[in-house]
Amino acid sequence: MNRSRRNQRKVRRKLESIGYLMSLPYILHFLAFGAYPLAFAFILVFHKWNIYLPMKWVGWGNIRFLIHDPLVWKALWNTFYFVLIHIPAQLVVALALAELLNRPVRGRTLFRAIYFMPVVISGVVITILWQQLYAQDTGLLNRALTAVGLPRIPWLTDYRLAMPSIAVMATWKNVGFYVVLFLVGLQSIPRSLYEAAALDGASEWKQFWHITLPMLNPTILLVLILSTIGGFSLFIEPYIMTGGGPANSTLSGVLYLYKQAFFFNRMGYAATIGFFWAMMIFVVVLLQRKVVERDVG
Amino acid sequence: MMKRLGIYAALILGAIVFLYPFLWMLSATFKPELELGGFHLIPHRVTWENYRLVFTKIPILRAFINSLFVSATATTSVIVFGAMVGYALSRLSFPGRDLILNVILFTMMIPAQLTLIPLYTLIVRLGWADSYQALIVPGMMSGFAILLFRQFFRTIPQSLIEAARLDGCSEWQILFHIVLPLSKPVITTVGILTFMGMWNDLLWPLLVIHDRRLMTMPQVVALFSIGGLAEARVGAQLAAATLLALPIIAAYAFFQRTFIESMATTGLKG
Repeated sequence: MNRSRRNQRKVRRKLESIGYLMSLPYILHFLAFGAYPLAFAFILVFHKWNIYLPMKWVGWGNIRFLIHDPLVWKALWNTFYFVLIHIPAQLVVALALAELLNRPVRGRTLFRAIYFMPVVISGVVITILWQQLYAQDTGLLNRALTAVGLPRIPWLTDYRLAMPSIAVMATWKNVGFYVVLFLVGLQSIPRSLYEAAALDGASEWKQFWHITLPMLNPTILLVLILSTIGGFSLFIEPYIMTGGGPANSTLSGVLYLYKQAFFFNRMGYAATIGFFWAMMIFVVVLLQRKVVERDVG
Repeated sequence: MMKRLGIYAALILGAIVFLYPFLWMLSATFKPELELGGFHLIPHRVTWENYRLVFTKIPILRAFINSLFVSATATTSVIVFGAMVGYALSRLSFPGRDLILNVILFTMMIPAQLTLIPLYTLIVRLGWADSYQALIVPGMMSGFAILLFRQFFRTIPQSLIEAARLDGCSEWQILFHIVLPLSKPVITTVGILTFMGMWNDLLWPLLVIHDRRLMTMPQVVALFSIGGLAEARVGAQLAAATLLALPIIAAYAFFQRTFIESMATTGLKG
């Protein structure tokens, strides 16, 4: 009896140590490349550092500089401008396509695969392609406009249009992903709800407004959050297409952070921008969650 | 009847909007510069000049091998370690297990922008700037992959594992010979997501790699396009972009369903 209990304990001990051993790689990797950079971010915010010379304590210097840095606020405004166009466009197009695909149509898999294709392809490819579509003289979009007698549009060279142009491109790239999310959402709505509504004589529009939309609320919230995070992570598109111009109208937070680190070697300040940007993401996502959840309640 | 036609018309219009630009891009890479403004998809005169320019101006082949090596190594590592930690977290009990789980959930909530610069300075201080380690090591482990494995492993019947233990299998043997062969769906999901993320990433390679011989493919293609090496030749820029897209498109053509389902899980879990 005693021996078997001791044996059992021995087996348990052995399983425990194997558990630690198997988790060890993650723990070490987390300490080096997760926890350390996270802690170091808080240190960098209060220092001036170009990596090569010793760090210099500047107290609130970086934060004060950030608050008075017009380019940070410009980047934040640009991001809001981007999201303001990108999210509604994304929601409407994705929901419309998903709603069409959710009907008994032939070739549904093929259509879904085509809409999804830009999602898997590198943003570098998409941006180089759209740069040609948007080109002032040779671009396909302007060629199409002039062919029907309309004037050319300065898609990327006008400071008011450049960000909306990037937002349209980003919508084209990502919308297939949201079509799939909405399809999953649509398929989870019980058919009986529609049948009951149809018996009561509700039109298809009514059904959409009073059944589909409310039932899709969790998906809509998800799309809002994911596109907001995407908007705050905007980098490849302005980096390749515009370099942040014209007149900083497409400067994004990540592009600004990259420039500060890469061209000026200002690690402390770049980290401060990153810190500020992460806080903004938290705030915006929390606000969205609050608003959408209140609407549901 | 009219309504059905309308639905198909809308779906087909959508398909054209997403497909035509890609087809135009592919055809443009074979067009001489003068033909580029046209909407036609079959070049009047086919030229290889654009691809010749890409291969002579930038180390695209080397970049392709770099990207392949970096993405494949990181993906293998994410799968092996993801399965290992996922197994420990779902099938072995030890004090501190929940703490590890909470740490993983916590790291997934942190926006990448927060740790980007500190991580970059760490790489520089380690002397890893301009090295394969800089590209691979930070991405060798993924909390999300661990969670996916953990969740899948929990569905495997405990009796199977107990039986193997009674037969004298070690936990390592159970993991690699019994559990993993049953886990093809998660392995594909994690594999596709990780490989695609690594293959398409631009920001991180731009920060840590400045030596042209070590650059990844998105990096080389992006710099070719904006750095003036393409001599403002649109056809050549599109040819470079096409080469970058090709491997992912080829994989997507065969496994589109798996791609879509894998990506959908990231959204739904995230």
